[in-house]
Amino acid sequence: MLMSRILEDKLASLYRAGRLVGGVYLGKGQEAYSAALGCQLTKGKDILGTFIRDQAARIAWGEPLLDAFRTYFGSVLGPMRGRDGNVHRGRPKEGLPAMISHIGSMTGVVAGMLFARRLQGRLGDAVGVVTIGEGGTSTGAFHEGLNLAAVEKLPLIMAITNNQFSYSTANSRQFACENLIDRAKGYGVDGYTVDGTDLVECLRVVSTAVRRAREGHGPQMIVASLLRLSGHGEHDDASYIPDAMKQSSVGRDCMVVAEQRLIAEGWGTAAEVESWRAECRSAIEKTMAQVTKEPAPDPFKESWRALSTPELAEGMWLE
Amino acid sequence: MSLTYLEAIREAQYEALRKNPNVFLYGQDIGGFGGAFKATKNLQNEFPGRVFDAPISEDAMVGMAIGAAIEGAHPILEMQFADFSSVGFNQVVNQAATLYWRTNTPCPITIRLPSGGTAGSGPFHSQSMEAIYAHYPGLVILTPATVEDAYWMLLDSVECQDPVIFCEHKFLYYHLKSESFGNRELPIGKARIARPGRHATVVTYSAMLHESIRAAEELQADGYQVEVVDLRSVKPIDTDTILASVARTGRLLCVGEAFPWGGVTAEVLARVATEAFHLLDAPPQRLNSKDTPIPYHPNLWKAHRPTVASITDALRRLLRD
Repeated sequence: MLMSRILEDKLASLYRAGRLVGGVYLGKGQEAYSAALGCQLTKGKDILGTFIRDQAARIAWGEPLLDAFRTYFGSVLGPMRGRDGNVHRGRPKEGLPAMISHIGSMTGVVAGMLFARRLQGRLGDAVGVVTIGEGGTSTGAFHEGLNLAAVEKLPLIMAITNNQFSYSTANSRQFACENLIDRAKGYGVDGYTVDGTDLVECLRVVSTAVRRAREGHGPQMIVASLLRLSGHGEHDDASYIPDAMKQSSVGRDCMVVAEQRLIAEGWGTAAEVESWRAECRSAIEKTMAQVTKEPAPDPFKESWRALSTPELAEGMWLE
Repeated sequence: MSLTYLEAIREAQYEALRKNPNVFLYGQDIGGFGGAFKATKNLQNEFPGRVFDAPISEDAMVGMAIGAAIEGAHPILEMQFADFSSVGFNQVVNQAATLYWRTNTPCPITIRLPSGGTAGSGPFHSQSMEAIYAHYPGLVILTPATVEDAYWMLLDSVECQDPVIFCEHKFLYYHLKSESFGNRELPIGKARIARPGRHATVVTYSAMLHESIRAAEELQADGYQVEVVDLRSVKPIDTDTILASVARTGRLLCVGEAFPWGGVTAEVLARVATEAFHLLDAPPQRLNSKDTPIPYHPNLWKAHRPTVASITDALRRLLRD
């Protein structure tokens, strides 16, 4: 989570300096929950279906920093080769499907990955995580996908982050139930709530949900409450978030909470944390220095072909 | 023995399941019930654990198929009616169609769309969706018009590593019969000269092939030999075969059952006008359904879609010019 925060601070400054095109969407404030999700998964075995605020989960799962920088800078050596950018990256064959912008639609995809593995007899005790915000729970895709996963009893963890705002829309305009977790019963899945600002609690709840999914208890739904500590994207100053909410317990910065707990429990010292920060900064600077030297995509070398079967691509559009 | 178009769809799925262990079937009511049209009749018994009833969730069904394809499976999805695929539209055009291009991961899924009108089916069980899917890059759109093509092109779809929208026409399910499935003669993307001629070309596909052939037969009595081209695949479109036919006849009518704004017929006319304007002896023509939703009552329905009479009229006007 430390690496994620430092990386995202770097991305925000690159955005403000005009060095990144398109949007920059950060996960500031939800690193504890996100990292807890990622670190419960094993790369090469489990599936991570991310949304836009999962830098920490990606790092904890094992996505290399190189993939992040190469996608933001559009390097041809990256997984998306300049065809898609920023958080729209992944390596589907390695268990990291590349999200599309249409909220909720990765649910069905992760369910299908699990379904196929079970059909092929190689699912084992692998699980798939799908992350989504509270606003995403209003979509038909979320409902259809989770219902399908529940009908099929797939080991899917639906990890909802209630960060209080969907872009600028407050929860009162997003859903009418008292607590989103009440919906778990309706889907016939186990439900958990957690204080998303508390790393230790996140680890406890997420590990329980992941274990239950691995043991064959079907989909698990988690709702973590926290506050988004940034705009929807870096173009958004989030002036609609009331100060009172920022001062409340939901507005705590999970990074500060985690660091204080770590020092108070004697799990590490302030000096150690500072040295971890320095390590993260150094890795980030090194990766960025490498990626900025890499070639950008060349429209004259681009294939301009959307089908994998060359003979089915119509020649008239390839020129 | 005679085989129907519907039996071809069923038998092709049987063959795909038999040949390829990665194939599975997913759709509403397709298991023990055998599907709304019985296109999967008995397949669940014959292939236990590989034919699944889906919840009424077209979005999740397509999403699920994409995920399965990522993992090396080849799902065949049945949409109960092509019309309902609009609920899964986002997953088809934004997820399946972009997957290879974005991530270098092929997306081998086949989505069967029971398409087109039949008497009494009304606005929401009659649609032809080929043009709306063909608009998006990254999809293959097939529109078989014969029993043989229904069989072989469905098997081709399952061998294809790209997402295939398989538009099978409901009007042909029971009407169309053949003695055998014949042989695999043409690859995906190749059109077929269904009826040779030299005075005018009709380019068409799916159920309109049969109406067009009958119109051509009527005009034979007047001494006209009308060539009929069956596109078979609307994406990719076989422009070469169309242009070669227009070069022989100098006149073009394109017939489709879908709505008139844009679409396959407009695409064919645009290609002929831009590539072969000099070969035309008369302005190219197109004939589609009327620009309203598809009506319920048979009297209205028959007048809404192109018919033998309206195609014959259009051809007479084209031949007079």
